[in-house]
Amino acid sequence: MTPLGWVLVAAAIAFVTKLVGYLLPGSWLDSPTARAMSGAVTVGLLASLVVTNTFVAGTSVQLDARVAAFVAAIVALILRAPFIVVVIVGALAAAAARAMGAA
Amino acid sequence: MAVGLYGLSFGALSVAAGLDLLSTMALSALMFTGGSQFAYIGVISGGGAPAAAVGAASLLGIRNCLYGVQLNAMLQPRGLMRPVMAHFTIDESMANATAQEDPGEQRRGFWAAGVAVFVFWNLATLVGALAGERIGDPKIYGLDGAALAAFLGLLWPRLRGREPIAVAVACGAATALVTPVLPPGLPIIVSAVVAAGMVLIRRRGGRG
Repeated sequence: MTPLGWVLVAAAIAFVTKLVGYLLPGSWLDSPTARAMSGAVTVGLLASLVVTNTFVAGTSVQLDARVAAFVAAIVALILRAPFIVVVIVGALAAAAARAMGAA
Repeated sequence: MAVGLYGLSFGALSVAAGLDLLSTMALSALMFTGGSQFAYIGVISGGGAPAAAVGAASLLGIRNCLYGVQLNAMLQPRGLMRPVMAHFTIDESMANATAQEDPGEQRRGFWAAGVAVFVFWNLATLVGALAGERIGDPKIYGLDGAALAAFLGLLWPRLRGREPIAVAVACGAATALVTPVLPPGLPIIVSAVVAAGMVLIRRRGGRG
């Protein structure tokens, strides 16, 4: 399958996932277990994406300029910066670390 | 504004991950759920198989299903309105609708956020992708730092209480542990299993 083909498959699954919520009787999916499961999976996937995007290159774990972005973004979040500021701080920190010679 | 910059990053990173302009725009216009889109290109840029990217994006989209359940009960759309509303069901439209109390305001909140985000998200993706084709290496501009900061920004507000923090730490650690031994893209799937397993074990433990 072409790269666009895979994208269309993923997009179709995303849409059907949304639509199912509107079509199934609410009681089927709106159980406490389903909510807890959905919430936990979302948190787990986001945590995994943070780790992957910060420390992973291919199949190896490594430390590079992205660690600076990770630390700077956490500081911004602790200071209650809005989402947009957190994203900008992350970009600036990674760019600055590279300008100073980090990989 | 936040959506705009996030979208610019997405467009540029998607092109940097190796997707062409059409695929990038298909993600923003048709998939239209930012976290899943970033997950998709994140797996691809890490060298993961497309099937793993589809899996990661799909698992991250499950929360939209529960948004659908709640929005359906709240706004009670009929017939063809359901698939249309489904497409615009994202974190922002859900948050904006549930922030209101009056049913009319809830409906307006949903559509205002859903349509505004859709327009700006797609415009920003297009600009970001076009720019990304020209700037070359996006790392010089720290765009990979922007992406991980965005994931952190999405994760942070969900870390209320001990349980989500435990799940985040366990899944982050599991990802780092299995990364050297699994093909790219699979560690994120493992983290979803770990998260679901933690819920099941806790529920069972709670009853027993």
